[in-house]
Amino acid sequence: MIELTEVTKRFGGTTAPAVDRLTLTVADGEVVVLVGPSGCGKTTTLKMINRLIEPTSGTISIDGVDVTGLEPHELRRGIGYVIQQIGLFPHRTVRENIATVPRLLGWDRARIERRVRELAETTDLGDDMLDRYPSELSGGQRQRVGVARALAADPPILLMDEPFGAVDPIVRAKLQDELLELQRRLRKTIVLVTHDIDEAIKLGDRVAILSVGGHLEQYAPPEELLRAPANDFVADFLGSDRGIKRLSLIRIADIDLEPGPVVPPGTDVDRARAVMAGYDTDWVAVVDGDRMLGWVTNDGLDGRSTIDGVDLEPFVTRLTPNNTLEEALDAAISSHTAIAAVFDGERFLGMITVERISREIVR
Amino acid sequence: MIDFVGDVVAWFLDPVNWVGSGGIVSRTWEHVQISAFSTVAAAAVALPPAIWMGHRRRGGIVAVAVVNIGRAVPSFAIIALALPISIRLGLGLGFWPTFLALFALALPPMFTNTYTGIAEVDPALVEAARGMGMTETQITTRVEIPVAAPVIVTAIRVSAVQVVATATLAALVAWGGLGRFIIDGFAIQDNVMVFAGGLLVAGLAIATELAFAAFERRFVPTTTGRSAGEELLVDVTVAPQHG
Repeated sequence: MIELTEVTKRFGGTTAPAVDRLTLTVADGEVVVLVGPSGCGKTTTLKMINRLIEPTSGTISIDGVDVTGLEPHELRRGIGYVIQQIGLFPHRTVRENIATVPRLLGWDRARIERRVRELAETTDLGDDMLDRYPSELSGGQRQRVGVARALAADPPILLMDEPFGAVDPIVRAKLQDELLELQRRLRKTIVLVTHDIDEAIKLGDRVAILSVGGHLEQYAPPEELLRAPANDFVADFLGSDRGIKRLSLIRIADIDLEPGPVVPPGTDVDRARAVMAGYDTDWVAVVDGDRMLGWVTNDGLDGRSTIDGVDLEPFVTRLTPNNTLEEALDAAISSHTAIAAVFDGERFLGMITVERISREIVR
Repeated sequence: MIDFVGDVVAWFLDPVNWVGSGGIVSRTWEHVQISAFSTVAAAAVALPPAIWMGHRRRGGIVAVAVVNIGRAVPSFAIIALALPISIRLGLGLGFWPTFLALFALALPPMFTNTYTGIAEVDPALVEAARGMGMTETQITTRVEIPVAAPVIVTAIRVSAVQVVATATLAALVAWGGLGRFIIDGFAIQDNVMVFAGGLLVAGLAIATELAFAAFERRFVPTTTGRSAGEELLVDVTVAPQHG
């Protein structure tokens, strides 16, 4: 656990503090994102944790031990550190770069080699990459090497300063996904700095929003930030589309589904048409227990007395409880009837409507 | 003209000109000795403070300005100034005044380029190194020096080549070296000997250049595709004042 207590940093020659009496706790295995406009002290805060910057006052402790009680280089060898420019050593191969901290710690050759290979595997770097020099890698590959190097000595804590700031948006999204996947397996305590609120929402278990001068405006899980911003600054920083952003954080499993325009087998056509009218659709689905048999348009019912025997179409777009409301919205809108069906395997769970989703947005 | 070339070739082919205390072999050795001694001494004095100041990234600009005052004084003048002092101190005629002139010639480019080379190492590399737990000494020896190595070695090479060219002056103050052929040839109006002396000095300077190039290829850390040395080298090439 990382605990910052009343931490203040004043740089020489300035009166206004860069970080002002900041108190923040990061739990083990948690990803905390520090986000805010430039000048909000987020990078300064990060660098005070591994003492690249010394606080003017206040205390920072890791697992109850005050960091100022340790030799800075000893402290840092136990904390992974990734920066935007990555800072790979150009005169060393990928293998040697990854081996940096284990070498500082005096590991033997065989153990280092084993670890390097393991990390190459973990971070999706091919074995053939290990003997290359950083100048021979793409931006995304360099970033992976940077992460592998930070993880080399298996530190419990990882500090990341705008780690994906220097790569293009497509690679950035991929690297973010990889980090989340890595984190799912490794359960590190991660403090990550970014100026990109979307990145913060995507990566953070909790997000700390800082304003200029190092004031902590709100510290909460992303969903809570978006649902209940503490003040105007936070609301502005989150953007006017924060309701929409929030949809990516809510899973279908988290909300109540509606039955939708469904009828059991044997229903007579008048009854089926009444169900359609209730949902304002021009189609109806036939469900036997929790088994979805398919759907039929209003026209398909002409000349029939009951629903049995009509040609049923299968649902092409099938959502699962694990999909987010953002994905559900996309599916519902593109279905032109503003409704999408949710399945758990073969089991039909219910329908989700655009109307239902929009209730989540404004809530 | 053909005759002259023939005479020069004959001079080089005459074994008498190669052996003995005044021969090419021993004169070359003297030349190499005073050049190497001056260059190594200048490197030993220039590099440690340049590396230290470069690592701290401050103080260097002032130091560079001070060090470069030395470059304003011609080598010939330094020898002239040092000669009476050397005699008074009982240090003899030729060696020490020449050494002093060569030392002063070699020091500024080595200091300036080493300082600049170290100070201009990408701050992100230094931050990454420090953030991973390298001590300041480790940052210098494992990151800054290897990364700046091409610039440092280039600076030493530039200095060494200038020193080899300028060491010719030693002959003026009664020391040896390849300058003897030029001075003595001039004195006895032997143009062939003067010309041969010039060729030998030029050859040795080129050989020095090539030796350093080979050393760089062999020992300077590669980064594949990058030629930091050429990019970062501050222009220190001054027109040779003599030789």
